[in-house]
Amino acid sequence: MTATLMDQQPKETPLQRALRMEPRPVWEEEPTKAGLAFKGLGLTAICAMVVVPLWVVIVTSLSDTRAINAAGGLVVWPKSVTFVAYRELLSGGAVTRATLVSLGLTAVGTAVSMVVSVLCAYGLSRRDSFAHRPLLLTLMATMFFGAGLIPTYLLVTGIGLSDSYWSMILPSAISVFNILVLRGFFMDTAPELIEAARIDGAGEWRILIQIVMPLSRAVLAVIALFYAVGYWSQWFNAMLYIQDSEKYPLQMILRQLVLQHQVPPGAMGSAVSSGTINSLAVQMAVMVLALIPIAVLSPFVQKHFQKGMLTGAVKG
Amino acid sequence: MEFDHGDRTVKARTTVLNGTAGEPDADVAVPPPRTAAGAGGRSGRTRRERARARNRRPVTQGGITRRRRFLRDRTLILMTLPAIGLLLVFNYIPLLGNVVAFQDYDVYGAGMTGSPFVGLENFQRIFDDYRFWEVLLNTLIIFATQLLLFFPVPILIALLLNTVMSTRVRAWVQGIVYLPHFFSWVLVVTVFQQMFGGAGLVAQWLRDHGHGGFDLMTDPGFFKFLVTAQSVWKDAGWGVIVFLAALAAVNTDLYEAAAVDGANRWRRMWHVTLPALRPVIALLLVLRVGSALNLDFEQILLQRDQVGASASEVLDTYIWWTGIKTGDFGYAAAAGIFKGVFSVLMVLAANKAAHMMGEQGVYAKK
Repeated sequence: MTATLMDQQPKETPLQRALRMEPRPVWEEEPTKAGLAFKGLGLTAICAMVVVPLWVVIVTSLSDTRAINAAGGLVVWPKSVTFVAYRELLSGGAVTRATLVSLGLTAVGTAVSMVVSVLCAYGLSRRDSFAHRPLLLTLMATMFFGAGLIPTYLLVTGIGLSDSYWSMILPSAISVFNILVLRGFFMDTAPELIEAARIDGAGEWRILIQIVMPLSRAVLAVIALFYAVGYWSQWFNAMLYIQDSEKYPLQMILRQLVLQHQVPPGAMGSAVSSGTINSLAVQMAVMVLALIPIAVLSPFVQKHFQKGMLTGAVKG
Repeated sequence: MEFDHGDRTVKARTTVLNGTAGEPDADVAVPPPRTAAGAGGRSGRTRRERARARNRRPVTQGGITRRRRFLRDRTLILMTLPAIGLLLVFNYIPLLGNVVAFQDYDVYGAGMTGSPFVGLENFQRIFDDYRFWEVLLNTLIIFATQLLLFFPVPILIALLLNTVMSTRVRAWVQGIVYLPHFFSWVLVVTVFQQMFGGAGLVAQWLRDHGHGGFDLMTDPGFFKFLVTAQSVWKDAGWGVIVFLAALAAVNTDLYEAAAVDGANRWRRMWHVTLPALRPVIALLLVLRVGSALNLDFEQILLQRDQVGASASEVLDTYIWWTGIKTGDFGYAAAAGIFKGVFSVLMVLAANKAAHMMGEQGVYAKK
């Protein structure tokens, strides 16, 4: 019975191969036309909701004044492509500086977070190590209660971090959840390998750097991306602790430009005020600057997401 | 537990006294001090008793003294210290800073150490303040809207994606819907501003077709839906991951068995797929209810000026405003403590509810 049913399976069509279709189980009904259409429309609509706004933002940022005026505002179909808005923004001035600040914060912050997290995760990765349990508890307790905004604010300003770049890094430098994910992976490294290294005379540092870390490259990439995205997106700490507008990260400038309709001094040169460059295009260009690194980075790491996050989360 | 402890200390002491560190620890069954046989020494114990004493020792200790374990693991401990230090400074010390809630805090003068204590006066002020209760109600309304309209969306998307046979299409759709999760709130809000704001795409289209005056971004009555829509746009795709993983773990034999028994695809979804999702749904619901007062702070703060405080004020923005903006730190810290206590109570209640529905919840029943 089963054998005959299996024999009846139709051959894979080219379309099915192109879409990498999984074989349909024998007992499952053939899909109806209406069902397929519904499914296709639904998925297209879901994707369009994400893609269309981004598309409009990008296209408008690449349009010149004439195209923007002709469209009466935002441009949906590109007529001409020009990079004036970007050239203007990145040729010095507040946006250039803010972009550099954001890049620097992301680089330094991610490095600090990763070093501290990897070390801590490895330090806790052995169940029988000394003080393992109290240290882990100290860590995990912070997941369940926070001190609240006011005491944290008083502390950060009290220890003289206000208006310093460190105020955007240190208070949220580590995520306990990320450490637990890393720890889960480190604990998975084959104990035989570690044992062998130890017999060969390797110390903990050497085991971590030469054995454990290369084996967990995927999860390290994912966690680094999480930290990097966090620093790149950071706005709240900057708003709380930074008064000097020269130290503003990009997100602060974006908020001023688009939501508060303020033009930060030196953000746009004379070209905008004289009307050569459309201010809408400039706003959009700043938005694109804010999203580029994420859109570029995340696909590379995306294939690791599901595996990495889920196994880590379940074990953590 | 306590017994283990006593046993271990005694052992450590004898090792030092006798100076016989080389003697294999496992064989020195030191008599536990409080047993009757203990007085009689080693000879007074049967083999069974000795074996039991041995087994009582935690396996992980490996029969090494604390001092030697410390020396062995000192590198590991050293490695955890930077992280622990950061947590101590930025998470634990501020906990002490909550004393501000019991003080008449003076920003410019005495600071935390010198400000006079006023007891529960700040809490009294909170409870007497109609504005506080308004804000609390507003927070709960926005939370409820989010819960009703946001929570089912990832489940529906996951169910839809799960029926797609093509792995390539599935990967593309997932890649696209994840993306906004990584955008900052500033970016998300500005994107919404460009789409639905007064000068946005929708307003522009309506203007071209003879309608005017469209601006969702500044409409106080619409605010709770606006916030929910933003959350859906940003995080629904991300929420799908968990549900897809739960769906992938379902035993396909169950589907086959159901099909053989004559269940059509809807029946199979109802009787196989959804029960499989139940524990995950319960867990996420409990977590979500626990953070009821923790709406996305940045998101709401970003739009507070546009929409007006009356519609958009939630507990977090209220604390920020009264504390940091107007300098009433004691009052704001008291509101913060209220928020923390309320949240814990919510988690406990939600977990209790999950248990009553026969689910695990965050922590197990016992």
